[in-house]
Amino acid sequence: MGMLELSHVAKRFGEKQVLCDVSFSVPEHTIFGFVGQNGAGKTTAMKLMLGLLPCDGGEISVNGRKVCYGNTPTNQFVGYLPDVPEFYPYMSPAEYLNFCGEITGMGKKEVKARTEELLDLVGLRQEKGRIKGFSRGMKQRLGIAQALFGRPKLLICDEPASALDPAGRKELLDILAMAKEQATVLFSTHILSDVEHICDQVAFLHHGNVVLQGTVEEVRKSQKSAGTELELERPEDVEALLLAFSFLEPVKKQSLLLRDDGRLPDILRFLADERLPILRIEKKEPALEELFLEVVGK
Amino acid sequence: MKAFLKKEWMEWKRTGRMAVLLLVFLLLGIMNPALAKLTPFLIETLSESLAESGIAVTAVTVDAMDSWIQFYKNIPMGLIIFMLLSSGSFTMEYQKGTLVPIVAKGLSRRAVLAAKAIFLCCAWTLLYMCCFWVTYGYNAYFWDNGIAGHLPLACWCYWLFGIWAAALLVFFSTVADSSPQVLLGVGGVAVGCYLFGLFPKFAPFLPTRLMEGLSLLQGVKVPEDFYASIAAAGGMAALCLAAGAVCFEKKRL
Repeated sequence: MGMLELSHVAKRFGEKQVLCDVSFSVPEHTIFGFVGQNGAGKTTAMKLMLGLLPCDGGEISVNGRKVCYGNTPTNQFVGYLPDVPEFYPYMSPAEYLNFCGEITGMGKKEVKARTEELLDLVGLRQEKGRIKGFSRGMKQRLGIAQALFGRPKLLICDEPASALDPAGRKELLDILAMAKEQATVLFSTHILSDVEHICDQVAFLHHGNVVLQGTVEEVRKSQKSAGTELELERPEDVEALLLAFSFLEPVKKQSLLLRDDGRLPDILRFLADERLPILRIEKKEPALEELFLEVVGK
Repeated sequence: MKAFLKKEWMEWKRTGRMAVLLLVFLLLGIMNPALAKLTPFLIETLSESLAESGIAVTAVTVDAMDSWIQFYKNIPMGLIIFMLLSSGSFTMEYQKGTLVPIVAKGLSRRAVLAAKAIFLCCAWTLLYMCCFWVTYGYNAYFWDNGIAGHLPLACWCYWLFGIWAAALLVFFSTVADSSPQVLLGVGGVAVGCYLFGLFPKFAPFLPTRLMEGLSLLQGVKVPEDFYASIAAAGGMAALCLAAGAVCFEKKRL
């Protein structure tokens, strides 16, 4: 059984069906990327997982226990970073983390040690001022610290890297990768390179349905190959090849793209017969970004 | 819940809300005897112009009762300011989303509600008692509080009225989304009670009767006249908190 299970989850806001029939399972100690366009329903799905919204259909369970709307006991296993984290502006980051520790019932010494450890981790140790003056990126850092505070079994992050600069984004991805040792991580994002870097599994949400899911490798393999690129030594040979095989697509000055790999032997035979020198033949791997665009029909 | 109570205290202290309210209630407490004390001087100053208008002014003597009259005139202003500044206690948290990470950590919503309700009651008690004891102290210094009958009961009656209003505020905060809606709800119930109170049959059973502590001090009413309204206010406050707890469980944060 997975740490998080969604089974036929549906959610509607008035006329708008935000989630239709969403089912997936997140195994323990994996990093799960939740990908979708703006308005695809990622934040809604996360709020359902936290019992902050009622499900119109289906069931969600965290650590084997059913999530219920309102006061759900499953939240004791969860750490949550909202998309736009807001904290009490009159507190300092250390005070806020102390407060988080106290509400989770930790002892004073443990709270103090954990606060220092997490402030170091997110680079806010030197920030003695109040949260009132924090930028969104700093709030995002504090958000990840508070989400990790109670050593949750499931860490849910809603677009955690959206407000961070490239260095901050890399640090955050490292933190999430580290968190995997102790927790299961589910995070939503638009940045597909982040998914490729750290995720074990991924689900693509589109029009309220999960249209693609599995390990990153499985998802890549599920799509047809992006084709084979042929680079020739002489520009005039490109013309000859195009005359013989009109389905080839010119990509660069001396390069052609073959979409249908089944025709490759014919081309290779032609190249050998005509003694055309080649620089490179490369089978292109489908990138997640292309898959995403294909899935959303753009 | 203890941690959340500490957070509420920090919020009231650091946002300056507590300082403002303390200042207001202390000022009100000082104003009551001050106005009573100044009344003879004011009338003396105005006596000439009053005489020209044909109003004869005789020597005016004031005592502790005049100060208590001022107290019952001014304390509703204190309560209104208290309600205005407290009306965003829940709704500001909904609007900013600050409760979401807290609830997502597993802190029960009941603990949040209980901490906020306890804090509001404690704050009202502290502020009201500040105003009361300042007035009491000055009255004892200048005059004699012995002139006021059933003073402790009269004091607790208005305190209970404030607790009743705070319980209403908590309830409306669990169903409303903004401070004006909360104030509208509390104000609506208070005005409704006041209008019902115009019917002599209902008046003894309404919490608004608790505002009439002055009649107790002046001996116009006896403690028995207040027992039903004390029970009604206590019962309604408990009911509001219980209903608030139920509504808050399902509140969209």
